[in-house]
Amino acid sequence: MEKEADPGEEQSTYDPKIIAFCCNWCSYAGADLAGTTRLQYPTNVRIIRVMCSGRVDPAFVLKAFALGADGVIVAGCHPSDCHYINGNEKTAMRGTFLTEFLEEAGLEPQRFKVEWIAGSEGRKFADVVKRMVDELQVLGPISEEGEQ
Amino acid sequence: MTDEANGEKKSPRIGVFICHCGSNIGGFVDVKAVTEYAATLPDVAYATDNLYTCAEDGLNNIKESIKEHNLDRVIVSSCTPRTHAPLFQRTCEAAGLNKYMFTFVNIREHCSWVHMKDRERATQKAKDLVRMGVARARFLEPQEETKIDVTQAALVVGGGVSGMTAALSLANMGFPVHLVEKDNELGGFVRNLHGLMNTKKSAGETIEPLIDKVNAQKNITQHLNSRVATVEGFIGNYDVTIGGDDAEPKEVKVGTIIVATGAVPLVPEGLFGYKEHPNVVTATEFEELCKKKDIPKLKNVAFIQCVGSRGQKVSYCSRICCNVAIKTAINIAENRDNMLGVTEEKPAEAGGQAVEEPAADMKAEEGTERRRRRRGRGRREGEDAVEEGAAPSSGVEITVFNRDVMAYGVEHELEFNKAREKRVKFIRYVPDNLPKVTMKDGNLEVGYFHETLKMERSMPVDMVILSTPLVSQPDASTLSQLLKVPLGQDGFFQEAHVKLRPVDFATDGVFVCGTCRGPADIAEAASQAAAAASRAAIPLANGFVQAEALTSRVDETKCTGCGTCVEVCPYGALRKNEEGISEVIAAACKGCGCCGATCPEGAITMTHYTDQQLLAEAKAALEEG
Repeated sequence: MEKEADPGEEQSTYDPKIIAFCCNWCSYAGADLAGTTRLQYPTNVRIIRVMCSGRVDPAFVLKAFALGADGVIVAGCHPSDCHYINGNEKTAMRGTFLTEFLEEAGLEPQRFKVEWIAGSEGRKFADVVKRMVDELQVLGPISEEGEQ
Repeated sequence: MTDEANGEKKSPRIGVFICHCGSNIGGFVDVKAVTEYAATLPDVAYATDNLYTCAEDGLNNIKESIKEHNLDRVIVSSCTPRTHAPLFQRTCEAAGLNKYMFTFVNIREHCSWVHMKDRERATQKAKDLVRMGVARARFLEPQEETKIDVTQAALVVGGGVSGMTAALSLANMGFPVHLVEKDNELGGFVRNLHGLMNTKKSAGETIEPLIDKVNAQKNITQHLNSRVATVEGFIGNYDVTIGGDDAEPKEVKVGTIIVATGAVPLVPEGLFGYKEHPNVVTATEFEELCKKKDIPKLKNVAFIQCVGSRGQKVSYCSRICCNVAIKTAINIAENRDNMLGVTEEKPAEAGGQAVEEPAADMKAEEGTERRRRRRGRGRREGEDAVEEGAAPSSGVEITVFNRDVMAYGVEHELEFNKAREKRVKFIRYVPDNLPKVTMKDGNLEVGYFHETLKMERSMPVDMVILSTPLVSQPDASTLSQLLKVPLGQDGFFQEAHVKLRPVDFATDGVFVCGTCRGPADIAEAASQAAAAASRAAIPLANGFVQAEALTSRVDETKCTGCGTCVEVCPYGALRKNEEGISEVIAAACKGCGCCGATCPEGAITMTHYTDQQLLAEAKAALEEG
């Protein structure tokens, strides 16, 4: 956070990879809006669209880390605004569990985030990505003994 | 879950169409390079770029290429699926390809537009995104949208204005309707009332014609003294048991359900001397007294607004109480010598002259009053000034203690003005300084802090009328659970979308109207009821519903019957079959995938968003391109 990351100017050769699972109705739309309003953010994120954030099995998050992700975001609709009534409540519960689990496994908490991003929050989407890239730049790659 | 299951019969033939979107993508991403890269990916049989894929020639290109290259999967790499997927899916269908064999890759909103300053990295990201799309496309499977037959009958729960209006609408369209009412007669809350706003007719006279129509409508089966006991099934196919107080439970089959269970007024226990002092009544109780013709001759009446609402016992504004108070105040003022026409045989509502008569001698005074107000005094001060003068000529002094008057809309504002012309005083209070209702020397008194004069004041009153909010039915949660539809935080039923789907529930086939979803006046409740009826009639008129193709599927060999999925499903779309194994009710499933993410056995597959497809995407995203 202290470090100002400029996407144009790489400070290190470390190029973190972020997987963002975005729900179709809110956060994917938020990412769309970031585009429509031409908000510039780092290229490190790869969005995987799911219908609901509640679709994201905790195993997907673990698998993503195992496959080499440096950070994972699960993004859904704001509480009480879920397209599927309460799918995001399940996301919230799993998020709490996953955060603890990953910490025990030796992963820094900055590497996994549950975010509520509305379709109107293009700015928030861009900021969430920027912040995570900044934080990951500080952390560096996942240490070998940390994972698995 | 893993790639092992990847034993396809024949390898897929994927066509990739990469769009320049004019310069929207082409200006920031090397589209040619991405296209060349796409052609090298596994199972890609054809890759090309278009200036505008969504234009006529772009769409024709897709159709022709499907035939020419024998493509069985199509990827369009352009803008967002949220706007353009249906167009490309229709194009695929036109070329004989199942629309679920199509995948979208977003390289505009998620790439070219957000990385406009770094062509190289944007191009690399576009390649990665296409690689992810190809990885996903390899596991696509055709899906069918099935039609499900609908029972052409409806259930309406609640026999008040909303329920009766909804039932009548549906019955008049020709559909059989089961109308369930917990009381022994129709009419609901309005039956308790005496007068209504914006009409000279009494409450009874207003709803009687509605009740008569319901009684006369042969398509409506009334179930009085009854409640919904059980509900099984899903849109188009509900099995409902109606339990009577003194009758055998009845089973009915319906296609859609309308909830119109109404609301009840808050009982203001412990507020403003209610039940502590005599003649402190709620607005509803006052109506009941009027009906019973049990109103004493009044000289001084105080209304207190927002009793228990807006942060006291409930958080919301009940909307209707200001207008009710204005209506009642006018009623009292107009019938000063003949209190509401109820102490003598001289009905107020029916007798036009009885009401107009006193108005004549008031005209002159009103004129002076208005002129006085115009003379530079602020509106509120003007009202307060009356207080100091002699008691209004009507001989009954009426004061409405309010936080602010919500006389919204055309008619209500006019009524508000009329009340002021009739010398009804509106005195403001702030929540930090509520009026106090006390007894002094055996007389009822209201003490208040005058916000303009900044002084403590008090006034003797004969009666205090407390405007309490409508609150949810105490048993709303029972019905909510039976129908698997949500209640909001205030206990009212919660619609699917606050603006765009105001009478739908998120669960297909169940609709809501009237005060069970929040305070509303009769006209509003009737509009909602007509809306709910027309929404509920759509599947009934069609005779079928199209089930989502994107649903969950249970692998019976893996399911252990733990029931976790049944619990997490927000739509009640999963149930256990006779063997205790979970099964999906396709018509009820919305495809959110919560069950798939929860199943501890991995027995649930979400069509079109399978574990395999999503993990293939993740894997491709993390590969070096």
